[in-house]
Amino acid sequence: MSMLLVQALNGLQFGVLLFLVAAGLSLVFGVMDLINLAHGVQYMLGAYVAATLGVWTGSFWLGALLALPVALLVGLALEWLVFRHLYRRDHLSQVLATFGVILTVDEATRALWGSAPQTVLEPAWLSGGPMGGVEIVAGLIYPTYRLVIIGIGILVPLLLWFLVERTRAGMLVRAGATHPAMVSALGVDIRRLFTVVFAFGAMLAGFAGALASPIFPVAPGMGDSVLILCFVVIVIGGVGSIRGAFIAALLVGLLDSIGRAMLPDLLRLLLDPSSARQTGAALASMLVYIVMAGILFFRPAGLFPGGRSA
Amino acid sequence: MTALLRKHALALATLLALAAAPFLGFGDGFALGLLARAMILGMAAVSLSLLVGGAGLVSLGHAATMGIGAYAVVAFDAAGISEGLIVFPAAIAAAAAYALVTGAVSLRTSGVHFIMITLAFGQMAFFTTSSFSSLGGDDGYTLYARTEWLGMRILDNRLAFHFLCLGLLALVWIGGTLLLGSRFGRVLRAARENPQRALAVGFQPYPYRLTAYGMAGAVGGLAGALLANATEFVSPALLSWTRSGELLFMVILGGVGQLGGAILGALAMVLLEETLSHLLVYWRLVFGPLLVLAVLFLPDGLVGAPLRLRAAFRLASPKRRNADA
Repeated sequence: MSMLLVQALNGLQFGVLLFLVAAGLSLVFGVMDLINLAHGVQYMLGAYVAATLGVWTGSFWLGALLALPVALLVGLALEWLVFRHLYRRDHLSQVLATFGVILTVDEATRALWGSAPQTVLEPAWLSGGPMGGVEIVAGLIYPTYRLVIIGIGILVPLLLWFLVERTRAGMLVRAGATHPAMVSALGVDIRRLFTVVFAFGAMLAGFAGALASPIFPVAPGMGDSVLILCFVVIVIGGVGSIRGAFIAALLVGLLDSIGRAMLPDLLRLLLDPSSARQTGAALASMLVYIVMAGILFFRPAGLFPGGRSA
Repeated sequence: MTALLRKHALALATLLALAAAPFLGFGDGFALGLLARAMILGMAAVSLSLLVGGAGLVSLGHAATMGIGAYAVVAFDAAGISEGLIVFPAAIAAAAAYALVTGAVSLRTSGVHFIMITLAFGQMAFFTTSSFSSLGGDDGYTLYARTEWLGMRILDNRLAFHFLCLGLLALVWIGGTLLLGSRFGRVLRAARENPQRALAVGFQPYPYRLTAYGMAGAVGGLAGALLANATEFVSPALLSWTRSGELLFMVILGGVGQLGGAILGALAMVLLEETLSHLLVYWRLVFGPLLVLAVLFLPDGLVGAPLRLRAAFRLASPKRRNADA
């Protein structure tokens, strides 16, 4: 039972990280109708910058905070160089051009930092404490740092919700997602709005990468697998819907973590141990995609169809 | 006849060049291996081009069909069977079956959702193959020997393999082109341009699309079985989504409008990769930007490049413009 609780917390933590990446992707997708496969690159850069600057400055949190402006600037640069030429193009061109960007940035990362994974230490005062964690229920200790991620991962969506639903900028973003021509006719510089949304999304993804850097291996291509899961999140949640993305991210995070922990054991009831382990592992990797295919089969527009049904 | 020749001139020239290549100094083992790989990927790209250009179905999971074809060869090899008359039909049938089953689900969606759901199925196939521990799991599987035909090791002869690949590539291209020109292909294109109107005229696009999806899967399976023979090694990396992305790229690089473009795209991509990776350590730093530039500046692909160049040249030289005026 306590094992299930730990897996649920791991799933929650993975889910909120996914949301941080997926939120920007979903906004860009919803507002600009741009499929940006290279969004995972921002996540990877965030992790690398946090790892490197964290060592230079001697403080993990300083590194993580510095990753924000760096991700923002790289996002702006990529938008200026590549993406702004793609807004009017079809989805296919967008998929391919951003695919080219992935190849380039992954290779640049390999050239700058090497292929070996970087190790990032958790912030000292969080991994310390009595027994390195917090006792959640009697006899069950959970790492403090992971709890902090969950906390941040719940705060940021609240902030984002406030920005999108309660501020003028958020209103423009929502309006831009459904009626770009109208917003533009009202005298709003839609290009600049796009750029701001894009850079903001890039920054969120970079922040997610920085937060994830002590937990997951920091290596070239680390953003690609996360990116695919984020698309799953967006498509399940409904394109352009922040609320849908949040719920779907938690769903995907929980399914993935709990599936990996439980499926091999569950299958042991049916199969012999070694094949149960193998099939269980394979099924767990597929679980998210199976659920996605199932959801799309019954609800092609996702769970919470957003403003624009692309 | 001449109009037909002119329309397909680029593709025909490519096929002729491939036929002549072994006798023009590209006959050593390395060059033949490279060309075989390009032709096999070209086959898969042509079948994907049938979906993308013909039916407007952008699949980001086409590598899975190739992987299934390749894994069929490997599975038979592990069971001690290497007779081509069994292995190849089985590989094609398995990939076609996979395409029909996943297509039946995927084709209910459209646009971005179709891209994503084909990607999801591709990932499922990827993770399935990495769980085959008897076939090497993540590490892959090295073939004991190439597939035999009636007990004869014809495929071991590199020149024979070259022409087998070339023949099949030409067949796939001709078959696909005829298909797109047929009534069946016209329904596909009509459904791509305007689904409502196609429905109104009395055509349900779904069965046509599913058939096309299944056929493309079958060709993907054939390409996979050949690729397993060409490299004598198969690993789950063959099914990764980046591989599907590369196949899409070949289609686009060549030009979406014509199936022949996919052949050109595959050839260009394989040769470019090979050349760059020999010249540079971090060759993707050049390759990646080239791909981006190709998307931005060659919307009609390589097939359309000559026309586009001519137009650009005209704009650039005022003398010509005056002469035209």
